[in-house]
Amino acid sequence: MEEQALHIVIVGHVDHGKSTLVGRLFYDTGALSPERFEEIKRASEAQGKPFEFAYIMDNLLEERQRGITIDVAHTFFSTQKRKYVIIDAPGHKEFIKNMITGTSQAEAAMLIVDASRGIEDQTLRHCYILGMLGIRQVAVIVNKMDLVGYAEDAFKTVKGRIEGVLEGLKITPAYIIPVAANSGQNVASKSENLSWHKGPTVLEALDSFSPLKIEEAVLRLPVQDIYMINSDGIAVGRVESGTVKKGQQIYILPGMGMTSVREIKKFGEENVMSASAGECVGISIGRGWLKRGDVLVDRPNAIVTKNVHANIFWMNDRGFKMGDQLTFKCATQETSAAIDRIIKRFDPASIEVIEKDAREIKAAEVAEVDITLFSSVSIDMYAEIPELGRFVLESDGVPVAGGIIV
Amino acid sequence: MDHLSALENKSIFIIREAYYRFRNIALLWSVGKDSTTLLWLCRKAFFGKIPFPVIHIDTTYKFPEMYAFRDDYAKVWGLDLIIGKNEESVGSGMGPSRGSKLDCCNELKTNALKNTIASRGFKALLLGIRRDEHGIRAKERVFSPRDENFKWNYEDQPAELWDQYKSTTEEDNHVRVHPILHMTEIDIWNYIKRENIPISELYLSRGGKRFRSIGCVPCCSPVESNAGSIDEIIEELKTTKTSERAGRAQDKEDAYTMQKLRSLGYM
Repeated sequence: MEEQALHIVIVGHVDHGKSTLVGRLFYDTGALSPERFEEIKRASEAQGKPFEFAYIMDNLLEERQRGITIDVAHTFFSTQKRKYVIIDAPGHKEFIKNMITGTSQAEAAMLIVDASRGIEDQTLRHCYILGMLGIRQVAVIVNKMDLVGYAEDAFKTVKGRIEGVLEGLKITPAYIIPVAANSGQNVASKSENLSWHKGPTVLEALDSFSPLKIEEAVLRLPVQDIYMINSDGIAVGRVESGTVKKGQQIYILPGMGMTSVREIKKFGEENVMSASAGECVGISIGRGWLKRGDVLVDRPNAIVTKNVHANIFWMNDRGFKMGDQLTFKCATQETSAAIDRIIKRFDPASIEVIEKDAREIKAAEVAEVDITLFSSVSIDMYAEIPELGRFVLESDGVPVAGGIIV
Repeated sequence: MDHLSALENKSIFIIREAYYRFRNIALLWSVGKDSTTLLWLCRKAFFGKIPFPVIHIDTTYKFPEMYAFRDDYAKVWGLDLIIGKNEESVGSGMGPSRGSKLDCCNELKTNALKNTIASRGFKALLLGIRRDEHGIRAKERVFSPRDENFKWNYEDQPAELWDQYKSTTEEDNHVRVHPILHMTEIDIWNYIKRENIPISELYLSRGGKRFRSIGCVPCCSPVESNAGSIDEIIEELKTTKTSERAGRAQDKEDAYTMQKLRSLGYM
């Protein structure tokens, strides 16, 4: 069995069957306890419904009454091959921030499309967000095949359309699978009704995905905080990329100071010689001072700048108007920011440009922008070092937009 | 990196983010396995010495073993321990058999916590809840703000992208920080085993029964089990068909009790 869990987000338009698919997957793999089954049966009856698989994920009373998913839920299950964290995202436009919250944690995605209804607004919006966040492992699940009489033609029509959309976003779906989620057909076991489908079931598709490989890359270690330990200042932080080594010469960005790694500290471990991506460490340096927001690098090849060119997605209802005050947060760096130019804004549900040289960005829209920062930061291109190539914009302490540096 | 190390590093990153944002923070320690694991992770994050207080909410109904464990390890680990109690409700005889369990949890836990936060002015709390414990907890954010009434606004939670956690705002009375949200029950036991974390003996089988989740005596039932060691617990969890909180009476009163309790500020 593989060591680390794979994080998969389930996306798609409202009512196309995301929560039902996850619930069914959970049930068919034996991950649902008899006690929980009884609980859901009672809750379904209380809402006047037959056994509702979506309730395995939709646990809020409001979600069950309205028959929708409001916020993301993370659930855990395992196959013979590995552990999974399944992130069920809501399909309403008004909950787009919750969908993005879930997707930001994922390494792969399953996109659900209702065979009888085809591509709808949130299908397009979610596809766009997957592309923007760089999620390349995607399986398309064409659900509710029972409503189209299990017809291969109906499947092919949806398949062709979704391939067209994904191609425009540089995503090649690994599989396109016809299923009927509420009766479990092609979810964990093959369906007789869909015997013309020669590809994998949903479960087999999951097992064929692979964890995100962390490429050997240059060192990026953003400082989180400084602790005084035995009157020695220790900088703590997580290695985001590459490896930090004891004795190594390093640069402190954005200031361009140089120093050396005197010691790497981990509680309960003596004489730590190096630490790699994902490890949280303490660092004491030979000379100079560190503070939160400094980024330790082994080669001065990061971009140090006050000007950021990015694609952003707007998440809150109010939207943005030119002149609004913002805070830019990238790794542990934080500074005041202003958007000086909205090169273009568009609605990912239509993928057509709404306006060039715009003065505002509306809720759930995407924009290409130039941002000016109050202080310099150390950044990278998202495609090269994602951890230093993505950021959040806050307004009055509330996250309002996410961005990708391009 | 192996699974447990990945989980540990994620938790330590969150703990350090929380301490950077809120020097006025405290850890909520129920003495159970999860918050004891969280406490252990905090010791690792701060190189052995936790630089903020540890709160134990005492309903007065806890198991004697829990009080003994708390006092022993508060000494061993040099904790700045605060004991929070709703003296007024305890004095007036509040208990799970008087009125509903929801009222009892709300009075003796949530309100005791409210008083403790108000008297010390804490702006953030570290809590050891996990997503796999309950469907409602599966919806939580890592940084989860609460207003002055402790209300959890589950219908409009802030966005939380990658590892960027919401900054605080004026409407936030305090922020609940959940550093082990991503761990499962079996992860916790595997981690306890790897790290050799001391744990209450209530979790180990005695006379064919053990507790899978511990809290107040009247509302906790043991489960049938012969698991007398941590290894045996891990083996048992691989095949069990009962849920972790099966023995916790307060969740069972009504299908949505946990949601109601949590929206009122329960953990």
